[in-house]
Amino acid sequence: MVQMPMSDQYRSTVVTINNPQGLHMRPAYLFAETAAKFSCHVELVKDGNRVDGKSVIDILTLGASQGTQVTVEAKGDDAESAIHTLEGLLASGFPAKTGDPPAQ
Amino acid sequence: MKFSDFVKTEAIKSELESSEKEGVIRELVQSLVDSGQLDDGDKESIVEAVLKREELGSTGIGRGIAVPHTKHPSVPQPVGTVGVSVDGIDFQSLDGEKVQLFFMLISPPDQPNEHLRALENISKQLQDETFCRFLKQSKTAADIQQILEEADDNQFA
Repeated sequence: MVQMPMSDQYRSTVVTINNPQGLHMRPAYLFAETAAKFSCHVELVKDGNRVDGKSVIDILTLGASQGTQVTVEAKGDDAESAIHTLEGLLASGFPAKTGDPPAQ
Repeated sequence: MKFSDFVKTEAIKSELESSEKEGVIRELVQSLVDSGQLDDGDKESIVEAVLKREELGSTGIGRGIAVPHTKHPSVPQPVGTVGVSVDGIDFQSLDGEKVQLFFMLISPPDQPNEHLRALENISKQLQDETFCRFLKQSKTAADIQQILEEADDNQFA
């Protein structure tokens, strides 16, 4: 059996939380759900606190309010595409879907 | 923010009677009304808002825990309560498991950071398995109150 080489692709980006409500539960859920679609390991870092980017509870422990800087780190095969997608998600400000009541 | 800043002892429900999602939400809101934290006149509007929030995606975050919540202009600061269901309730959780442990949170719309601080506190404590297990095993509101106080004193962290 051929041993596959371990991928050491590592990408990171710093993002400022721009939505007024901060990373409350719905954005945390969307972030974790999106991160979980990638095989790479995803972590969020804020003020030295490092948490699993695929866990809603972990993300909520950051209490990341508007204006907070968070670092998104990804390690693994699809790290580059994960960072690109997650950065776009955070930058979008998590708008409510059309027809939905205002985000809470 | 500590549990004692937003969880009202008198509103804690150690044995939820409802067996379905809307019933539990009503029971927890009613408990906040009965303990004087919410006005009876706001009850229906708050229940509806919490149910609407659930439609955006279940607040059942897995491991038998749910955090039903909403923002509502009737409260001057975040108010919350804790409820335990012995048998567990189908809450369309992320992991498909029934929910035994409920943290309800009602926050004013103009204080997003206070809402985040309350969620931060709840989620930090919920990371501790002992804390969750003790709560699920609680028989009385006094038991739950004591566990929340111990969490506030960092005894689980």
